[in-house]
Amino acid sequence: MTLDAFLIIAASLFCIGIYGLITSRNAVRVLMSVELMLNAVNLNLLAFSDFLDSSNLRGQVFAVFVITVAAAEAAVGLAIVLSIYRSRDTVDMEQFNLLRW
Amino acid sequence: MNLGEGVQVVSLIVLAAMLTASAMGVVLLPSIVYAAFLLGACFISVAGLYLLLNADFVAAAQVLIYVGAVNVLILFAIMLVNKRQPYQPIKLGIVRNIVTAIVCVGLFVLLSVTVTTTEWGVRPIASVPSTMVKLGQHFFTDYLLPFELASVLLLVALIGAIILARREMLPDIQPSGLGMSENLELLERPKEKASI
Repeated sequence: MTLDAFLIIAASLFCIGIYGLITSRNAVRVLMSVELMLNAVNLNLLAFSDFLDSSNLRGQVFAVFVITVAAAEAAVGLAIVLSIYRSRDTVDMEQFNLLRW
Repeated sequence: MNLGEGVQVVSLIVLAAMLTASAMGVVLLPSIVYAAFLLGACFISVAGLYLLLNADFVAAAQVLIYVGAVNVLILFAIMLVNKRQPYQPIKLGIVRNIVTAIVCVGLFVLLSVTVTTTEWGVRPIASVPSTMVKLGQHFFTDYLLPFELASVLLLVALIGAIILARREMLPDIQPSGLGMSENLELLERPKEKASI
């Protein structure tokens, strides 16, 4: 039960999220990986809030804001995926070259 | 939290194992539906870790918002976008995966070394009578402006998601001189493929 254990767990979650973000072909899975990374950030914030700032709890306030932004991001991201699927008829990330060049 | 030290260590190990296994499943499983359900397990184990960190309100919010809203939203999106197609192999796809795995493992090692070698200056944990009272005081005094801006952000996200996910209105049909009942219908364009 030390700070290091929580930080290492959060680091592993963040790295798994990065791997999924880069390698997955399905657009919905990319959004799921982004959620994993946001959870890792929240875990870091709460660990620091508990071990370094336990009388003030400012990290928990920040984590609530991060959860709010993540919910909004998920809604808008899935709407964008749905809209692209309507026009392109695929969810393969390799065929989305709208903004690439 | 009034748990014994041994109970906390055991639950930390169990939750970390659950979290890592389900996160690997989210990223690596070929079936996206299984990945979405494992994402729910991942969120629940993160909520358990929040409880170990004396954050009961955030743990409840995590279960309500992530498991209850975001995960269900992702499942609905999977059902709406459920197209089973074999992905065409791209060139150097295997190389890309291997390079990404190496970079991610390297980043994890770097972060772990940084975490373990840094002096964090951990203070003894002060016992707050109720985290919810403390959080409410923060939200309505010194974090009032971000708290109100979050509501505006949620409203914008709501309207933006509706506008993005709705099909476009037909621009060429102009019902002129019709009654109010026709005007109240939401005009939608039937599904058609755009030019690629």
